[in-house]
Amino acid sequence: MPYLGSEDVVKELKKALCNPHVQADRLRYRNVIQRVIRMPKLDQWGQAEVLNFLLRYQPRSEEELFDILNLLDSFLKSSSPGVVMGATKLFLILAKKFPHVQTDVLVQVKGPLLAACSSESRELCFAALCHVRQILHSLPGHFSSHYKKFFCFYSEPHYIKLQKVEVLCELVNDENVQQVLEELRGYCTDVSADFAQAAIFAIGGIAKTYTDQCVQILTELLGLRQEHITTVVVQTFRDLVWLCPQCTEAVCQALPGCEENIQDSEGKQALIWLLGVHGERIPNAPYVLEDFVENVKSETFPAVKMELLTALLRLFLSRPAECQDMLGRLLHYCIEEEKDMAVRDRGLFYYRLLLAGIDEVKRILCSPKSDPSLGLLEDQAERPVNSWASDFNTLVPVYGKARWATISKYQRAERQGPELPNTASFATPGPLIPEESKETVQELPDSEALMLVPSCQLTAEYFEKTWFSLKVAHQQVFPWRGAVHPDTLQMALQVVNIQTIAMSRAGAHPWKAYLGAQDDTGCLFLTELLLEPESSEMQISVKQNEPRTETLNSFISVLETVLGTIGDIKS
Amino acid sequence: MISQFFILSSKGDPLIYKDFRGDSGGRDVAELFYRKLTGLPGDESPVVMVTSGGHHDDRHFIHIRHSGLYLVATTSENISPFSLLELLSRLATLLGDYCGSLSEGTISRNVALVYELLDEVLDYGYVQTTSMEMLRNFIQTEAVVSKPFSLFDLSSVGLFGAETQQSKVAPSSAASRPILTSRSDQSQKNEVFLDVVERLSVLIASNGSLLKVDVQGEIRLKSFLPSGSEMRIGLTEEFCVGKSELRGYGPGIRVDEVSFHSSVLLEEFESHRILRLQPPQGELTVMRYQLSDDLPSPLPFRLFPSVQWDRGSGRLQVYLKLRCDLPPKSQALNVRLHLPLPRGVVSLSQELSGPEQKAELGEGALRWDLPRVQGGSQLSGLFQMDVPGLPGPPGQAPSTSAPLGLGPASLSFELPRHTCSGLQVRFLRLAFRPCGNANPHKWVRHLSHSDAYVIRI
Repeated sequence: MPYLGSEDVVKELKKALCNPHVQADRLRYRNVIQRVIRMPKLDQWGQAEVLNFLLRYQPRSEEELFDILNLLDSFLKSSSPGVVMGATKLFLILAKKFPHVQTDVLVQVKGPLLAACSSESRELCFAALCHVRQILHSLPGHFSSHYKKFFCFYSEPHYIKLQKVEVLCELVNDENVQQVLEELRGYCTDVSADFAQAAIFAIGGIAKTYTDQCVQILTELLGLRQEHITTVVVQTFRDLVWLCPQCTEAVCQALPGCEENIQDSEGKQALIWLLGVHGERIPNAPYVLEDFVENVKSETFPAVKMELLTALLRLFLSRPAECQDMLGRLLHYCIEEEKDMAVRDRGLFYYRLLLAGIDEVKRILCSPKSDPSLGLLEDQAERPVNSWASDFNTLVPVYGKARWATISKYQRAERQGPELPNTASFATPGPLIPEESKETVQELPDSEALMLVPSCQLTAEYFEKTWFSLKVAHQQVFPWRGAVHPDTLQMALQVVNIQTIAMSRAGAHPWKAYLGAQDDTGCLFLTELLLEPESSEMQISVKQNEPRTETLNSFISVLETVLGTIGDIKS
Repeated sequence: MISQFFILSSKGDPLIYKDFRGDSGGRDVAELFYRKLTGLPGDESPVVMVTSGGHHDDRHFIHIRHSGLYLVATTSENISPFSLLELLSRLATLLGDYCGSLSEGTISRNVALVYELLDEVLDYGYVQTTSMEMLRNFIQTEAVVSKPFSLFDLSSVGLFGAETQQSKVAPSSAASRPILTSRSDQSQKNEVFLDVVERLSVLIASNGSLLKVDVQGEIRLKSFLPSGSEMRIGLTEEFCVGKSELRGYGPGIRVDEVSFHSSVLLEEFESHRILRLQPPQGELTVMRYQLSDDLPSPLPFRLFPSVQWDRGSGRLQVYLKLRCDLPPKSQALNVRLHLPLPRGVVSLSQELSGPEQKAELGEGALRWDLPRVQGGSQLSGLFQMDVPGLPGPPGQAPSTSAPLGLGPASLSFELPRHTCSGLQVRFLRLAFRPCGNANPHKWVRHLSHSDAYVIRI
């Protein structure tokens, strides 16, 4: 047990959080909490600890919840960042059913967070920046008016600059885009190549929304003719053209001349890809590729050779006269002299493909040149506050979600191995949860994060049988305009592990789809989507083989998010 | 909850190692930390790091750098980074208080004291207390100081000492001595040091318009008085908090946000701007405040650059005029201008306006050092460079537009006896009179320094 100022505090806490009678009696509980919170001897460490304990308590009524929140309000104004963040987390978790309360809290905590971001302690500043990013994932506009606070200083360490650039990239909006881009442009010529490249990628990220301004800045950067800048700019262009086809023209005009300043594998691949896919708009594309073909023997990266094969074949389709000879030479080299098996096989494959006739090649190679919906899908990943509330004020945002996932996976594997030594299990504080509230606590993760199993494979027959044997558990309508793109929808559903059993063709009237999913406890969700002709609403009916309301609700919210996303893309 | 705590020197030598829970590998963890820190890929942050594999089960390293030392805590739990970082900096302050100042030398001279302190602050990895009040009852070891402190050792007078009512000057090292622990020593020095320190960050656009001003200020107190003695700090009466409040006649001294230490009593703050507190011995941040976008006084420096760039010959000429807008009696110290240059700059020729100034090239940037700048003065420097690496269409007339990669210029400086917000300490009164001793010495100083003062070109 940590030392909390005095023995009394410990006693009070135990009473408050262990005794079901106290919790059952609302007034008594309130008094205890009040006394604990007001404990005069509690220093900041004690306060942080108390806030941590309170996380375990689940208020029974709305009134009680707001009572507690009011009592805790003063902690949000503490001068210690640790206490403020602890209180914020408690608020976010307690008020998980009240989004407006959560937003209010995040507005209140803005001041302390920004102060921490400009704190003298670099490390504190870094932790605060990571949390700012976390908040921005859910509330993109939250820090937009404070964008100047996130400008980098030249004396700052590298890791802070990188975080700041990420934050700037995420809070950009119509009003500040001009200033933010101007600032980022300054970073692109930084002495540190890593930082310069990060800034260029950030501009590329902003370009998904503000394409014209960003492409202009990137084009100017090419004029510097520096290797580390050019290669990143070209990579950014490649990603951009795929997501925003409207900038293709500008990119194609900027490309000539770049090849002299690119030496690394990633940059070369990007350039060759661009030349292959959009070669018909770049006058000297065949001649640039010819240089690459000429030097293919001294090329060290197999990936570049593969890219070259594909690009040249694509260009051959649009400009056969200029490319035929080169293509022959390249294929000859790849098949006869190349030592890397993957490249050789790719060469052989294209050779046989060419033998099958030019129409066949066109059918296979002329895929779409851009996919705007991909960018929108990525952008729409606005996560609800509840998805990260339990991670707030922990190490998760500081590591970043992705890195944390690998760390904790490793840890779990290790924990399952040998039993922990006795000392450790003695040290973990025993559960302070009263018996009756244990159930709610354990069910929490379920209701918060529904786990749909990815490998669930329902057969159509089984689906049909189950569908007719069950009653509709939930029915609702969802606003919808225009027709449905089945492919996009199917892809999006797959991302969240919902399987498409059957679906009507695009434009069919009425349009119908049957979906199936299974969560980790084995509960099945069967869904019918129905779009009547001339109607602006999609009807959703969900059946469930085990009647559990919480999981049903979270399943429906998942489904709504996907449908909402797809609907937004179309409109 | 912390598993281990250790302090490493800047070269990675372990100075202090303490295992609180016995659930971890051993001393080589410190070595592992330093290896990880130095071998970290560029895009990962060193603040938190994780070990994985080997015989150490997974643990997180969280560290701060303080005066060249690494203070590292390890934990295997997913704990609050804010609290832990706060704890580490609090530990740094405590160690500084007890050992005089925090450095490799003082730590290695006071190993016993540091371990004693750690024993009291943390128990089984949990924080017990960090308050001076509580700790002074338990800590018995005396700090070993390398050189006995003497107020009359005036050879070490700082460039700008403190200004007091008696207009005496204290040596700059006066505050860096240990808090006295034994009662016998207490007759010697009853001193209080009060610092108003402001950090200024400014961004000026290339057309001279002000894009951002940000002042982070704090009032720091270091007290050697016996605990429990009450003191009152009077601030400027025109001090206003928030945008709307109005006090006094003039424009007032306005800050956006203020936060106080929890021990500060604010009964007289509303009426007379007086802070009352009973500080414990040691260092304490009494008040923090922020001010942005609206500065009452003019900015301390203005830079007027003009750039001539001849694309054909690759000759770059930069003329910098620096005007100091401080009041004539004030001055700025250790002014340094840092101007990043385009890649491939080879030669530099310079014409500076004063003999004590210095300019040189380094790390792709121009550095111009001005040790002392008087308020109201104007300084200039003319720099000529060759940039052969920057190709452009030849035969063009010299242009005034700056090439990419030049700028922004950033200035660093210190402004003694000056606060950018205008906040001043009116008085510092002590209610306590130690028996058998003269008045305690009170030292008050004001200081502003640059955090980031950036001027786009």
